[in-house]
Amino acid sequence: MNATPGLQKKADKIDRLAQLMERTETTSGAGLWREAFRRLRTSKTAIIGGVVIGVFVLVAIVGPWLAPYSPTAQDWRGEVFPNQGRFVGPRGENWFGLDHLGRDEFSRMLVGARQTLLVGVVSMLIGLVAGAVIGAVSGAAATLGGEPGKRLDTVIMRVTDIILALPSLLLAVSVAAVLGQSLTTVMIAVGVVQVPVFARLLRGSMLAQGSSDYVLAAKAVGIRKRRIVLTQIMPNSLSPVIVQATLSLATAIIEAAALSYLGLGNPDPAIPEWGVMLSQAQRFFDNAPMMSVYPAVGIIVTALGFTLLGEAMREALDPKLRG
Amino acid sequence: MLRLVARRLLQLIPTLLGLSVLLFLWLNRLPGGPASAILGERATEAEVARINRALGLDEPVWVQYGRFIKRIFQLDLGTSTQTGQPVWEEFTLRFPATVELSVAAIAIAIVVGVPLGYFAARRRGSWLDVTAVSGSLLGICIPVFFLALLLKGLFAVNLGIFPSFGRLSTGIDATKVTGFAVLDGLLTGEFDASWDAVMHLVLPAVALASIPLAVIVRMTRASVLEVLGEDYVRTAESKGLDKRVVRARHVLRNALLPVITAVGLLTGSLLSGAVLTESVFSFGGIGQFIRTSIDARDYPVLVGFILFIALVYVLINLLVDVAYSLIDPRVRVH
Repeated sequence: MNATPGLQKKADKIDRLAQLMERTETTSGAGLWREAFRRLRTSKTAIIGGVVIGVFVLVAIVGPWLAPYSPTAQDWRGEVFPNQGRFVGPRGENWFGLDHLGRDEFSRMLVGARQTLLVGVVSMLIGLVAGAVIGAVSGAAATLGGEPGKRLDTVIMRVTDIILALPSLLLAVSVAAVLGQSLTTVMIAVGVVQVPVFARLLRGSMLAQGSSDYVLAAKAVGIRKRRIVLTQIMPNSLSPVIVQATLSLATAIIEAAALSYLGLGNPDPAIPEWGVMLSQAQRFFDNAPMMSVYPAVGIIVTALGFTLLGEAMREALDPKLRG
Repeated sequence: MLRLVARRLLQLIPTLLGLSVLLFLWLNRLPGGPASAILGERATEAEVARINRALGLDEPVWVQYGRFIKRIFQLDLGTSTQTGQPVWEEFTLRFPATVELSVAAIAIAIVVGVPLGYFAARRRGSWLDVTAVSGSLLGICIPVFFLALLLKGLFAVNLGIFPSFGRLSTGIDATKVTGFAVLDGLLTGEFDASWDAVMHLVLPAVALASIPLAVIVRMTRASVLEVLGEDYVRTAESKGLDKRVVRARHVLRNALLPVITAVGLLTGSLLSGAVLTESVFSFGGIGQFIRTSIDARDYPVLVGFILFIALVYVLINLLVDVAYSLIDPRVRVH
């Protein structure tokens, strides 16, 4: 307060200098990930996304215990008449009102989070694991396999391109047609759609690493090819894949909802899931729009959370943006 | 140019062949195979064997595959189990509606998205930029069918500004020339029919445009930001070129290249979206037909549609490549 303006300016300068020095200190020795994490912590987008995901995961874990009523008991069946357009909106007993079968919508939302998270995570993992294996084989073959490797890479990429060309929804429908209708089908169907995305991404990233100096050095030193791939190229190629995994969680949840809307969703009415709830509620949209809005907002906000975090991670990991 | 097109067309062949193998395998993997798809789940073994013989399913797989390919080349995609009509005819009947809707959606996405992305990049950090970025995030995260329902509930059912379903109002007697409702009205001079068709198109097209719009805004913004930082832009500006010239020739022309590629790649998601939007608005295009075919497990239709879509997708991306080389001389040289 009593500092003169000149002194204040000087203090600011020192502060800034300290900030800059601190920065060089942490960046010089820190790896890509540590640096990225540091940037993430200061990113508003990442914080918002992280908080949203945190709340969602928390609800998914403790939701079933928080739910005031059973999500499947049709306790208020006598009060709802979907055929006559009579529904029950929010009230003291039922914060979100009742669904078309007289079940407590709030409890169903709380319990449904777990299933929604499960669908998202499992389908993402299916896409990630299968895609990473395919992409790794293709990428390794292209970088270190010589001529035959390049040919193998071309064949693999052509096949994934075919799958990439198909509209995701139809691909999912095709999978669902073979496997029958179940929650597993939804997860596999949504996962399969992601396989070519992950495969292309990892391969592309490995190709970029493959021509770098440290790989050349490793080759020159005479390290075995498999080891170069596993210990040098792979770990350095994973960051775009991890970013994509976060973004994929969002698309997986949305895609699963679309599958439910097409009548291919989880047929088991005992387990509430937001996508299924939305596709059931949309039939009554004209009379009871809020019944659709709750699960829809749940899906949108969750998808936004994952997208925000994914975008922030992408930015944090982008070497072009690093100081 | 011709050589580029020819080369790309040749590259199509292995892709489509691969796809046909996948589809063929898929058809064979269906629960119970085609026989039970025809007969239903309660077919006896003798009946299944009879159908299998009649369809040639007891022959070696490669013979069956050969026949499958031959039929595709003859545009014989089988008959729809729902309508009993040839799949190809069902498609050609409904194709114009879906093309009209998709073209309208992609037009909205480009006309709104490119300027929005461009100005968001030019005024980085302004309210316009923040709105564009958060809006496009939201556009990606809203399930298309829910957006369609919202638009329908608000603008059609409640406010009554737009019709809620179909391609034309029932009272309107439009002459059919091409099957494209808007175009037909213009061709025959029935402008009221054209206007009616446009009104029917607005809501489904806006719903369908949401994802492409979001992608285009983000792509344009990112791409313009990158180009604005390029040396050649600074050079052009510092040598005193008119700002408008720099923006049009240096910034936009270079920034739009990745956007054009993105538009081509959006075709697939556009057709997925059409399945969802068309069924919300009972639009009567291929999308809605696919929706009912999924319910009815109408496999000939689904297989035909997948092949059809793959072809459309590949052809559109071929067009995109050609457009790309027209805009970017660097590609032509290589």
